[in-house]
Amino acid sequence: MTTSSESNALSLTLDVNGKACEATVEPRTTLADCLRNELHLTGTHLGCEHGVCGACTVLVDGRTARSCLMLAAQAEGCRVTTIEGLSGEGELEPLQQAFWDRHGLQCGFCTPGVLMTLTELLRDEPNANEDAIRLALSGHLCRCTGYQNIVAAALSAVECIRRRP
Amino acid sequence: MKPAPFVLHRPRTLADALELLDSRENARVLAGGQSLMPMLNMRLASPDHLIDLNRIDELGFIREEGDEVVVGAMTRQRDVEYSDVVASRLPLMREAILQVGHRQTRNRGTIGGSLCHLDPSAEMPTVMMAFDAVLLLQSRRGARTVEMGSFAEGMMTTALQPDEMLTQIRMRPWDPAHGASFVEFARRHGDFAVASAAAMIELDPSLRVSRASLTLGGVAATPLRLRDAERALIGRRGDEGFTKVAQYADECDALDDPAFPSWYRRRLAVTLLARAIDRAYRRAAARAVKA
Repeated sequence: MTTSSESNALSLTLDVNGKACEATVEPRTTLADCLRNELHLTGTHLGCEHGVCGACTVLVDGRTARSCLMLAAQAEGCRVTTIEGLSGEGELEPLQQAFWDRHGLQCGFCTPGVLMTLTELLRDEPNANEDAIRLALSGHLCRCTGYQNIVAAALSAVECIRRRP
Repeated sequence: MKPAPFVLHRPRTLADALELLDSRENARVLAGGQSLMPMLNMRLASPDHLIDLNRIDELGFIREEGDEVVVGAMTRQRDVEYSDVVASRLPLMREAILQVGHRQTRNRGTIGGSLCHLDPSAEMPTVMMAFDAVLLLQSRRGARTVEMGSFAEGMMTTALQPDEMLTQIRMRPWDPAHGASFVEFARRHGDFAVASAAAMIELDPSLRVSRASLTLGGVAATPLRLRDAERALIGRRGDEGFTKVAQYADECDALDDPAFPSWYRRRLAVTLLARAIDRAYRRAAARAVKA
């Protein structure tokens, strides 16, 4: 039977931010815990751990997913992108720069998840308007209630990407 | 908030998954994980065996077969959202899917998962009830089909036996000229709806209602088809008596909890139903006038 049953430790090779990463985890380990505790990529934050707050959002094969609602084992064979994978050589992405310029974050806890969602949105809809941005952000909670500046930063990133040669 | 330990199975074929489900005690299948994973994290569910269906490609599809549309149980909600078949042939499902969770959860959440979880306020079970969808349940013993009305037995309780798995859902699209509307009330967009209403309406050449499907979600323990209201709607045109028809929603046995008492849910249901009927009718009428 082409099935594998695992009850103890699982040795996984995950493609995270373009690098092959090895991790040994229990089957019940969520992707979020694996990223944070095994791969030490602590940019992915954990808030509610039941899929409501959006802080742990990462990209799985280019699409946003709650990493607290995925098992690490399920990410095998997928391309995982976390906040650490967003900027290349230390240069901020236009989206990150826009958050800096527009004060799109206060405590920063929700920011990594927000940036992953906006990365997906602006890739799929480079001309996203305010309604589309607000709709995409509805899957994220910001306890600083800095939503106005988050929206302003996203709109500014849209503008910046549009002007880019 | 971490799941209790379990044995993880990752089958690649449906046959293997059914074999596992048949042979393991206290086993659960994991579809998109947008409901079961929170339950595992909160230890509201603690299966000994978890059978991950995400590697089984054969369960994810949307296809037209004769006069039916068939959806595989592992079809992602996102794929329904972007499906041309759904947009053109099942407009009710298309309008409802946009109200399911958020884009981040629709990317992974599945149609079958939502039906099997059967949360009273979930949109997909309400849509299936509106269509009288036929569900294919498979086990190692064989396969059987169940209508949505019999599948939804009670609060988060389905007709699935422990060794059975939902594998596909068949819906019969309505006449292309029909009007459909799915409306819901939630405290925040993407939250669980307090109540929802689904309406599909076909008109005769004189713009009178000739066929209707009216369903409430979130009001009772399972989605509720309002057959009496549907009959009362037949033959009406314009908005004559639509408000009266919506009053049928006030007669249902509504859920009661401290946040949303049953009288409140019933009043919400009446308002939402009136709105859904009105929108579905206008859409059907607009098509008829254009034709």
